[in-house]
Amino acid sequence: METAETIARPCVIEMQDAAISSPHSPDALEIEGVNWRVSLDDYWVVGARPGSGKSSLLAVAAGLQRPARGTHRLFGQETAALHEHELARERLRVGLVFEMGGRLFSHLTVAENIALPLRYHRDWPEEEVQARVAAVLELAGIAHLAAHTPARVVRALQPRVGLARALALNPEALLLDNPLAGLDPRHARWWLDFLAALAAGHEFFERRRMTLVVAGDDLRPWMEQGRQFALVKDRRWLPLGGREAAAACMEPLLRELLAAEFATE
Amino acid sequence: MQERHPTWFTKLPEARAILESPLPRSYLNFAGTWLLNFMDTLRGLMAFGLITLGVAVTKAGVARRVVRPLIRAQVYRAGVRLLPMITFLGVALGLIIIGQTVALLTQVGAHSLIGTVMVTVLVREIGPLLTALLVLARIGTATVVELGTARALGEVEALEALAIDPVRYLVVPRMIGLAASVFALTVYLILISLVSGYLFAFIQDVPLRPGEYFNQLAAALRWEDFVLLALKTIGFGLMLAVVTCFQGLARALRIEEVPHATTRAVVHAVVACVLLDALFIVVYLLI
Repeated sequence: METAETIARPCVIEMQDAAISSPHSPDALEIEGVNWRVSLDDYWVVGARPGSGKSSLLAVAAGLQRPARGTHRLFGQETAALHEHELARERLRVGLVFEMGGRLFSHLTVAENIALPLRYHRDWPEEEVQARVAAVLELAGIAHLAAHTPARVVRALQPRVGLARALALNPEALLLDNPLAGLDPRHARWWLDFLAALAAGHEFFERRRMTLVVAGDDLRPWMEQGRQFALVKDRRWLPLGGREAAAACMEPLLRELLAAEFATE
Repeated sequence: MQERHPTWFTKLPEARAILESPLPRSYLNFAGTWLLNFMDTLRGLMAFGLITLGVAVTKAGVARRVVRPLIRAQVYRAGVRLLPMITFLGVALGLIIIGQTVALLTQVGAHSLIGTVMVTVLVREIGPLLTALLVLARIGTATVVELGTARALGEVEALEALAIDPVRYLVVPRMIGLAASVFALTVYLILISLVSGYLFAFIQDVPLRPGEYFNQLAAALRWEDFVLLALKTIGFGLMLAVVTCFQGLARALRIEEVPHATTRAVVHAVVACVLLDALFIVVYLLI
């Protein structure tokens, strides 16, 4: 039943036999043999050890970086064949939240960070931009930080600015790179609840369910949330299937990322 | 060095053999490596410059609302904020060089040459070059650090993730801002040093009336001087922007490589400006 459902839903991101290289050394492959299909409304959780190429994988998935080999499609269109402005248009339908503080533009205030893509891409009047920025800041719970520069924002709240910036343009899918890294339980809870609300259809987005991809090196918080699971192990792509299949899986890396091995020892 | 910045030629097996060969050959190889590096940089710079020009022309209408304030900010930063420094330099230049030259020429009775010497030295050569070097020192270096840091911290990728063209957002405003600033500042520098030079000569009791001085200057200036001054200073501004942005953006820098990129950019920018200057000497000799 699940396979039939997967085929019926339109494809958001698709990779076929893709190899992912690191942006710093394009010759070194980080992950090989990625056969991955993210359909509309999916909630993927990708687990991997730190430094195993999660960020590069998400960069390729979002269309920022070309795969070293194989094909990559965004919304059914092959990205290698797209013209620059067509690719830019497709890329805007996918939001990407970077890890470690969200890579904010350090010379702009929080509000300007969020307004930048709106001013660049939308022909809206200034009041409308301001209203949208205020609404997104409110959504991320950081309205009081609007006038601060990113360096003055508490570290735990910086990723939320990145989240707000990615959501400002109303994307259809959201990719998150290790969003819970270094967060205390209270902030981690906020993220989990917020992402669960997005996946179920947040009222801010008119109850439209958002396609989510989360990459992380600690899978404990995600096992109850994610609907599809995969691992990157020894530079290979390893799909695990749905939640039940992942929970029953005895793969040692999965046990490690769930910190189950420490518990049994 | 070679390991950290592998370029197309260091990947060739022949080139590797040459680079790793023992001492006697390595002196020659040093020159060869330098030349190959130079050619590689030149190729990269030209490609980057052409891409930027292409983006500046083809995407001229894209996101004006974002880019216009950036251009204004660059003109303010590279132009307006540099005015006090340019004034200081112009006065110093006037006192040190112009004043002394005027005094010397008057002593030997070569009054009639004053205009020609001023125009040749100041309008054609020292004015544009000095301004370009000052803008490089004040703004060019800051540009490399800013862009290099932005690149190293992944802000450039963040721009791309938001489908914002980094060349349009980061490079084009700097190119326009620096070209406009170097042009305007050169004009200020020349005017200030011509006036302050005359003041110095006046203090030294040189028998030269202001009217005579400015008449000579006007006589020595040809219409080509105005056109070429504009072309040259705009060329310097574009060159500075392309070299500094190239060093900051073109490679995937790590944060510890930013200082290195900055010093490299200064060297390249100085060489580029002098080469462009040499090109203009040929033009001046031809007309």
